[in-house]
Amino acid sequence: MCLAVPMKIVELKNDSAGVCELDGTRYDVDLSLIETPSLQEYVIVHAGFAIEKLDEAEASARLELFEGMAQAYREDETGPAGEGE
Amino acid sequence: MKYIDGFRDPDAARYLKREIGALAKRLAAAERTVRLMEVCGSHTMAIARYGIRQVLPENVRLLSGPGCPVCVTDAAYIDAAIALAEQGHTIATFGDMLKVPGSGRTLADARSVGGRVKVCYSPMDAIGEAEENPSREVIFLAIGFETTIPPVTAVVKAANAKGLSNISFLTAFKLVPPALEALTTDPEVKVDGFICPAHVSAIIGSDAYVPFVEKHEVPCVIAGFEPLDILMGIKGLLEQLLSGEPELVNQYSRVVKKEGNKAALALMDAHLEPADASWRGIGTIPSSGLKLRPQLRRYDAAEKFGVRLEGGTPDSRCRCGDVLKGKLLPPECPLFGKACNTLRPVGPCMVSAEGSCAAYYKYSR
Ligand code: SF4
Repeated sequence: MCLAVPMKIVELKNDSAGVCELDGTRYDVDLSLIETPSLQEYVIVHAGFAIEKLDEAEASARLELFEGMAQAYREDETGPAGEGE
Repeated sequence: MKYIDGFRDPDAARYLKREIGALAKRLAAAERTVRLMEVCGSHTMAIARYGIRQVLPENVRLLSGPGCPVCVTDAAYIDAAIALAEQGHTIATFGDMLKVPGSGRTLADARSVGGRVKVCYSPMDAIGEAEENPSREVIFLAIGFETTIPPVTAVVKAANAKGLSNISFLTAFKLVPPALEALTTDPEVKVDGFICPAHVSAIIGSDAYVPFVEKHEVPCVIAGFEPLDILMGIKGLLEQLLSGEPELVNQYSRVVKKEGNKAALALMDAHLEPADASWRGIGTIPSSGLKLRPQLRRYDAAEKFGVRLEGGTPDSRCRCGDVLKGKLLPPECPLFGKACNTLRPVGPCMVSAEGSCAAYYKYSR
């Protein structure tokens, strides 16, 4: 029952309601717990309510970190010394 | 969706597995086996689903904690909900509650003999139900942790604003930090580090754990629910255990802020006040729950209908309490997979998708 997923705000109806999208499906979402929701922003949605914004800069930094790890792993596997795990 | 798939990259996972292996070797050299508890049911489910337990070195054990709100709901509470349904009221609830046995029967049983049980995706659905049926009381089963409490509280606020008189809430809200405190001070429970919940933390903020970490000197990492988030969390806990400097690390900074969600916290504070709460299988933990403030008591179903939440007698063979404290792994329960399975659950841990027993059962066969 605690499932919560990131969705993008694609429509604002009034200051506390909107429509969010995940993988092409649109959902009515209550935005009353979010300060100043704006279009195209990502929010975490749980039980029909957005419970917090997703900070895209922080998310991108994390994704970069993980990409770096993935790359490091691949290089180690196929690197010149050929010493993989 | 990049904010989901990007956190599942298999090569990054292999990299982290290697790092965790190296850290675990250093711990093994010091003959240390570490026990890490994931407190949240969504972590439990993700760990089972992605087979994370299986890729960990032998001296790194993952235990599931009491972080599934359905699993920690008392049998007496279920009994009360069934009794209210039998009195002709409409019970509005999240779907996971339907199959949880109380002292014997479930809400699904009550529904099969004519009880009115409405399953809600959003708690706001209960308002629509009350407005459409003004002559009938709608009682919402207000359970959940800090993630779910603000949405439900928003419904209380909406009902109050509309002046609805045929809706009420049977509250059994629970708070995570007092549960961590109770687990850590229980001499039977041995946990070396906690993976703290992601979305509970989004509401309460990372600072909420600082007093706990300082008092008990136990490593804590807030982690998201994707596999790379969880592996990063485990790596971070092992690093803290090696350095001997426990702290709170927020690995989910893309959502969790230091101060949490202020609007949600203000909403909770305006409508709710601290209360003791009874956790199934664990017992009463002081101030580990919330109830409606006195000025909102007319929305409190227990007050309105004179319900006493005491004396439930759950099936004594069920070992959910030990599972929730990390003392027992689900397959070690004699009923696991035999008398108790997801089709015929004996205990709440087998009912909810986020329950430890259900997660083990679904993915470990
Ligand atoms: S397997 Fe079933 S009976 Fe055993 S602890 Fe889990 S839920 Fe309870």
